[in-house]
Amino acid sequence: MSENTSSGAAAPLLADEANVARYGLFHRLLRDPVAVISAVILAIVVLAAVFAPLLTNQDPVQNKLADSLAPPFTAAHPLGADSVGRDVLAQLLYGARTSLIGAVIVVVVCMGLGVPAGILAGYFRGWIDSTGSWISNALMSLPAIVVLLVVLARVGRSTPLALAVFGILIAPAAFQLIRGSVRAVREELYIDAARVSGLSNARIMGRHVLPVVIAPSIIQGSQFAAAGIGIEAGIAFLGLGTSDHASWGLMLNDASQNIFVAPSLIVWPTIAIVTTIMVFTLLGNSVRDALTGTTTNKKRRSMGARVLTGGSSTSAASREVAQQASPLGPTSRTTDALLVVEGLKITYAAQDRADKTVVHDVSLSLRKGEILGLVGESGSGKSQTAFAVLGLLPGAARMNATSLIFNGQELPKLSSEQWNNLRGRQIGYIPQEPMSNLDPSYRIGFQLTEPMRHHLQLSKTAARQEALRLLARVGISDPQRVFDSYPHEISGGMAQRVLIAGAVSCNPELLIADEPTTALDVTVQAEVLDLIRDLQSERHMAVLLVTHNFGVVADLCDQVAVMQAGRIVEAASALELFANPRHEYTRMLLDSTMENAPSRRQMALSQWQGSDTQTMNQDAIS
Amino acid sequence: MTETQALRDPIPLLEVDDLVVDYASKRWNRAPFRALRGISLTIGRGETLGLVGESGSGKSTLGRAVLGLAPVTAGDIRFNGQTISHLKARHRRALSQDMQVVFQDPYTSLNPAMTVNDILTEPLVVAGDTRRDAESRVKELLDFVHLPANSGQRLPREFSGGQRQRVAIARALCRSPKLVVCDEPVSALDLSTQARVLDLFIEIQERTGVSYLFVTHDLAVVRHIGHRVAVMRAGEILETGDAEKVTSSPEHPYTQQLLLAAPVPDPKRQALRRIQRQKISSAPATV
Repeated sequence: MSENTSSGAAAPLLADEANVARYGLFHRLLRDPVAVISAVILAIVVLAAVFAPLLTNQDPVQNKLADSLAPPFTAAHPLGADSVGRDVLAQLLYGARTSLIGAVIVVVVCMGLGVPAGILAGYFRGWIDSTGSWISNALMSLPAIVVLLVVLARVGRSTPLALAVFGILIAPAAFQLIRGSVRAVREELYIDAARVSGLSNARIMGRHVLPVVIAPSIIQGSQFAAAGIGIEAGIAFLGLGTSDHASWGLMLNDASQNIFVAPSLIVWPTIAIVTTIMVFTLLGNSVRDALTGTTTNKKRRSMGARVLTGGSSTSAASREVAQQASPLGPTSRTTDALLVVEGLKITYAAQDRADKTVVHDVSLSLRKGEILGLVGESGSGKSQTAFAVLGLLPGAARMNATSLIFNGQELPKLSSEQWNNLRGRQIGYIPQEPMSNLDPSYRIGFQLTEPMRHHLQLSKTAARQEALRLLARVGISDPQRVFDSYPHEISGGMAQRVLIAGAVSCNPELLIADEPTTALDVTVQAEVLDLIRDLQSERHMAVLLVTHNFGVVADLCDQVAVMQAGRIVEAASALELFANPRHEYTRMLLDSTMENAPSRRQMALSQWQGSDTQTMNQDAIS
Repeated sequence: MTETQALRDPIPLLEVDDLVVDYASKRWNRAPFRALRGISLTIGRGETLGLVGESGSGKSTLGRAVLGLAPVTAGDIRFNGQTISHLKARHRRALSQDMQVVFQDPYTSLNPAMTVNDILTEPLVVAGDTRRDAESRVKELLDFVHLPANSGQRLPREFSGGQRQRVAIARALCRSPKLVVCDEPVSALDLSTQARVLDLFIEIQERTGVSYLFVTHDLAVVRHIGHRVAVMRAGEILETGDAEKVTSSPEHPYTQQLLLAAPVPDPKRQALRRIQRQKISSAPATV
């Protein structure tokens, strides 16, 4: 149902969103003042370089000793002249040509070598990759300045040659970057799908790989352009470049020799060089920011959209059902409730549209030793609700609740220190992805003992003994080995056991498990569910279990709350809910479970009785 | 009826014979990892073979080997009677007309930068269709997978997971293949979406007679979509047979474990199932 409603409800959103999303990069750049100003300045520099002959009638390289060090603001020399009488304005304008051509040479050579080589190496891997990487490493190990000086000494003074050599020397940077992004894309399933679709390698690289490397290439290219301008100026300043061209570096050279006679001469080339380099760098940064901005926004948007579409249509009547049926609702709250949530609302502020409320008016309560299942589809707000209880909502979220009480403490009033004392100590947490919740750089033993030493003030040896005992308790056959292992050395199921051991290590009263078995194989899932059940009854913990799997709910939970689009639509005891689901949405979900679906043979039989078009293939083949 | 069909159609669509797949180890002195250890199976025309197993069982590798995406170390894969296990790139590309794929993750299996139209026309244009023919075919396909006709102009990210999977299915169908390898195509989807997408798979099969190699970890899914099922563990097939039979009264102890491990959405039945499972797993291992 979420699927169908989403196509309907998403349609009006899509109309404007498509434009924003598709032309997002350009629009975003236009809205970034730094990008706009940089682009305008760059355009001015380019125009000045192109139209230099129209802007001045002076020759930038002709010596006119009569005008030596001519003052600025005269008709002939608006910005004055240098020590050999060359017009400063003309030099600036024509120098821009040299600088920009220099930047182009560096970028073309460097990207021309690095990008194709990076794509080939990243795409084909194997010996092509090894060879490319070997050459790249060899180039990187060469001392660039020495190579440049040797080449210039052998071939003579030539700026383009020097810049081309520089381009070759920094090509490894482009190669590494592009190779890295291609290797990442190469793992994407759509590349495999393209191969299965019968596309040739050349076409896959052109159609599916190249677009991905364009953005990093632009960013890297702008930095290389900036470097090229600096190197060109440097070569000219040192007198190693072509001498019959105007160049900002040459201007600097002349100005520095006359620094005490005409100090103002140094100002113009400095401004030109610094501004142009800065403009390139800032433009690159803006493109990068715009690109990353799109991706984060995209995610947030799609998450919001899913929530919006899930069905804001829960009618008042159906909510009444929920309230009446609910032994968890505020009305039937009992005094021995460990956790009471009333009127919980979680809202995310969106950048350019109305705020999104992902949890509306959720109320639930949980007694000591009780297991409550919070079940729903993606985007239903079930994890958000759990995170609110843990005080772990992301910064962009705003939370409101009539009351949010755990063990007599008002959670929203806690200081961060009190929170830290609560989490891990009184509330344990089992995450969905066991691997990403273990720090890869510490041994498992350390990660288990650290919270116990902090919360329970255990000594190192006592914590160690306790950790080993817990590891044995969660069904790990060789606790010592796991204790000494790093997370990558154990399997996913084992990692989840370790996290469960950690979650119960400080004897919490409430255990929050967020899809604790979703990432696991069924046989492992069954064992982990057994473990949670055993630990729960041993320690008389309350458990808040977030899941999308009704089988898991049926296996473990006493109470169930079904969430849809940020609301609890139905809450009941597990026996009651499965025997007699009241809300239409619950019924739809239960009907969708495959365990109750007819088998293929049954479907074929029922169809076959109607018409004989369907042959029983399975018989023919088996 | 069974026999006449067998006579008309003596060769199964896909035959896999004693297939071995090794993945070279990253370290030169380490032995290669053997992902498949002598797999044999067949798929008939219009048939769905469910391939069930846990992670690391090699079920996805088998699908990838059939598609030419995994290296075949030994053994034989025949499609329509012709060996396809070591095809040259050009011949493998030609085979794309008959053999297609739907992957698990509809978020990474569609190029995020291409519109649905581009995604769907690409394989057709590569095969030599004119852009116009391709576009009219796309309209048919969108209708076929029950997506709105104006979906073509949109980007994958504008769709929900289930809708994206429909786009991926449409891409697989665009050149009317004879076999579609489905690699966990519904396990990333929400419950209600999952049921709908499975029904779409069945509907398509009944309309077009396509065969599926349906890779999944979920016995309940196989029971719903599969005619036959093969259960895999550690690169080997443990049990194969009629899907309904294997998923309700399996013979191999491992399949029994798999079946009992999956919780059923009914607290009373699940409690019984749990006791049954604990009895089996506490009994001394027979295999």
